[in-house]
Amino acid sequence: MAAEKMALAKAINESLRTALDADPKVLIMGEDVGKLGGVFRVTDGLQKDFGEDRVIDTPLAESGIVGTAIGLALRGYRPVVEIQFDGFVFPAYDQIVTQLAKMHARALGKIKLPVVIRIPYGGGIGAVEHHSESPEALFAHVAGLKVVSPSNASDAYWMMQQAIQSDDPVIFFEPKRRYWDKSEVNKDAIPGPLHKARVVREGADLTLAAYGPMVKVCVEAAAAAQEEGKSIEVLDLRSMSPIDFDSVQASVEKTRRLVVVHEAPVFLGTGAEIAARITERCFYHLEAPVLRVGGYHAPYPPARLEEEYLPGLDRVLDAVDRSLAY
Amino acid sequence: MTVESTAARKPRRSAGTKSAASAGAKRTGPAAKKSPGTTGAEPELVQLLTPEGKRVKDATYDPYVADITPEELRGLYRDMVLTRRFDAEATSLQRQGELGLWASLLGQEAAQIGSGRATREDDYVFPTYREHGVAWCRGVDPTNLLGMFRGVNNGGWDPNSNNFHLYTIVIGSQTLHATGYAMGVAKDGADSAVIAYFGDGASSQGDVAESFTFSAVYNAPVVFFCQNNQWAISEPTEKQTRVPLYQRAQGYGFPGVRVDGNDVLACLAVTKWALERARHGEGPTLIEAFTYRMGAHTTSDDPTKYRADEERESWEAKDPILRLRTYLEASHHADEGFFAELEAESEALGKRVREVVRAMPDPDHFAIFENVYADGHALVDEERAQFAAYQASFADEGEGK
Ligand SMILES: Cc1ncc(C[n+]2csc(CCOP(=O)(O)OP(=O)(O)O)c2C)c(N)n1
Repeated sequence: MAAEKMALAKAINESLRTALDADPKVLIMGEDVGKLGGVFRVTDGLQKDFGEDRVIDTPLAESGIVGTAIGLALRGYRPVVEIQFDGFVFPAYDQIVTQLAKMHARALGKIKLPVVIRIPYGGGIGAVEHHSESPEALFAHVAGLKVVSPSNASDAYWMMQQAIQSDDPVIFFEPKRRYWDKSEVNKDAIPGPLHKARVVREGADLTLAAYGPMVKVCVEAAAAAQEEGKSIEVLDLRSMSPIDFDSVQASVEKTRRLVVVHEAPVFLGTGAEIAARITERCFYHLEAPVLRVGGYHAPYPPARLEEEYLPGLDRVLDAVDRSLAY
Repeated sequence: MTVESTAARKPRRSAGTKSAASAGAKRTGPAAKKSPGTTGAEPELVQLLTPEGKRVKDATYDPYVADITPEELRGLYRDMVLTRRFDAEATSLQRQGELGLWASLLGQEAAQIGSGRATREDDYVFPTYREHGVAWCRGVDPTNLLGMFRGVNNGGWDPNSNNFHLYTIVIGSQTLHATGYAMGVAKDGADSAVIAYFGDGASSQGDVAESFTFSAVYNAPVVFFCQNNQWAISEPTEKQTRVPLYQRAQGYGFPGVRVDGNDVLACLAVTKWALERARHGEGPTLIEAFTYRMGAHTTSDDPTKYRADEERESWEAKDPILRLRTYLEASHHADEGFFAELEAESEALGKRVREVVRAMPDPDHFAIFENVYADGHALVDEERAQFAAYQASFADEGEGK
C-alpha cells in the first residue's frame, strides 16, 4: 500500500482500528469514546465497527477508568484509555503513579501492565482552563512509566501501534493543536524503535530539540534562520521517557549548540534534564550553555494570552541568536 | 471483526431509566416518612406545578412555598426569562466569535432559579460551569461570567462578594470544597448553609463519593444539588448509574429527593427544605433535579451524533418557563403589561451583554505573572523581568524602523 496523506487524529484512529482488528485483547476505554467518537473524534466509528464490548464508554471517573484498566491488563487485556483533556488526568494520577507505574517491579517482573493512556495535550486551540496543559514532566519523573509524543501523522500511526504492543504502561501525549495537520503515512514502512529520536532536518550550526507540538515551530524557525544564513538541525525527540540522549549527543557533537523547546514550563521540565545530561556528556563540545525555551512558572493563561505564553517562532529564534552569540 | 450482539444486549435508554426508578426503594430520610410526593408523571418525582401549569398539592413541600406572594412568583418567572435571554445571547456571541466557548443552561432554568432563590444571602454556593441562573440569583453580574468563556481570565469574579464560588471545570472537585466549607460553617457555629451543584455525569467521580462520605460523617450543613440533565456530553445517565441518583444518598446515611427540575416551585420548596435541615444541624441532603439539557453540551458539541430530536421535543413540552407562565395567567397573578415590560427588560439585558462583551479588553500581557502566589516568588519575578526585556526588544526594533 502506498503512502497516504492523513491528519494526525485520523492516523491515530486508523492505528487503533488496526490494533483492535489484530488483537481481540485490545480495548478502547474512556468518556464519550463511543457514539461521539471522543471529543476530538479520534475514536470515530470504532464503536460502530467493534461494538460496545471493545470500545467502551466509561462512567465519568478518571481514577475509575485507569484503575479498571489496570485490572483488565492484569487479566490479559490491553486497554487503551482516553483521558479527555490534559487537565483531567489528575483524578487518575494516583492510580497511574502509585499503582500502574510500580506493579511490574513489585511483582518481581511477573506481571505486565500493557496499558496505554492517551492524553490530548498542549495549548494553542483557544480553550478554557484545564484544556491546554503540558504535564509530561510529571509523568516522565515517575519510574515505571514510558512517555511519548508524536509530532506528525506517520509517527502517530506507528508510535500508537508500538505503544499498544509494549508490555509497559505508556503515557501517549497527543499534540491536540496538530490533530488536523496532514502528512504522509506509510503503513508498510518499518518504523524505527518507539523511543528513538529522529533528525527532522539536518544542520551544522545549532541543534533545536523538541517533541510533539513544538517540532513544527522548530522546523519553521530553522527555515527562517536559514534565510539569515544559519544552518539549524532539528531533532524530534519523540520520547520523553526514556530520552534518546545518544541522538541528542550525536547532534550536539556536530553542531556544538543546543536549544531545547517545549510548551511545558521550563522550570524542572524535560529541557532541564536534557540540559544537565548534555552538559555532562558534551561539556568540551559545547560552545554555549544549553538553552531552554518553554512556558513560564505560572498557571496556563486564559486563551487571549496563550500566544504570549507559548513559545512561537520569535522566541525560538531569539534563543538561537542568544546561543550563537556566545 | 465486529461485535454486533452487544447492541442488542444493551438496555434501551428509557426502559433502563424506568425500571431503575420503579425498582427503587422509597425516598429515604424524613421525606420518606411524609408524603412520597408522587404527584408527577415520574415515580418519586416531587412536583408542585404540572407541565400544563396546574398547581398540585404536596403535603411535605407545600409549606415551603405556602407564603409565596404573586410578586415573588412573577419574580421567579422574570429570573427564568432573563436567564434564558442571557444564555441565548451568550450562545450567539459564541457563534459570532466573541466567546471561545459557551455552556448553555437552556432547559435548566427552573432547577437553577428555584434552588438559587432558596438560598439565603449568607449561604455559600459552589457551582460547576453551567450555573448561570444560580449566579443570577446570587446577584453576580452576568457579564462577569463571560470572561473565562471569552478567554480573558480564568475566573473573573471575587467569590466572596456574593458567596458564589468560581466556576469549576474539573468534574466534581467543588463538591469536596463545598463540604469542607460547610464543615467550617459548622465549626464556627453559624447557621448558614452551603449548596454544591454538579451533574449526573459528575456523580460518578470519586470526589463526589468522597464528599458524600465526609459530609455524612461530619454532619456538614451542605446540600448537594445534582442537575440530572440526562446527558454527560454523549453519555446518558445509565452510563453512570443503575439506580436513580437520589437513591445514592441512602447508602451514605442522608436523605435524597428527586424533584421535577423543570418545576421552579418544586425546586424552590425542596431546596428550602434541605437548606433548613442543614441550618438545623440535620446534615447533608442530596437533591436530584430531574431536568433536560435542551441544547448541546457546549458550543463545541454535536448532539446529533448521539441523541434523537424526538427526545428533545418530548422535553420541550415540559418547558419550565411556559408552565409558570400558564399558571401565572390562569391564576391572574400577571397581566399583559407584566409580560410586555419583561420582554423590554429582556431586550435591554441582551443589548447590554452584547455591548459589554464586545468592549471587553484583552488582558494585559503581564497578567500571566499576576497572582501566581500570594507572597511573591523569586522565579516568577525573574521570568517576568525576562518577559519584559523580550517584549521591549520588539518595541526597540519598531522604533528603529
Ligand atoms: C475530571 C474531568 N473529566 C472530564 C471532563 C470533560 N467534561 C466536561 S463536562 C463533561 C460532562 C459532564 O456531565 P455532567 O456532570 O452530567 O454535567 P453537565 O455538563 O451535563 O451539566 C465532561 C466529560 C472534565 N471537565 N473534568
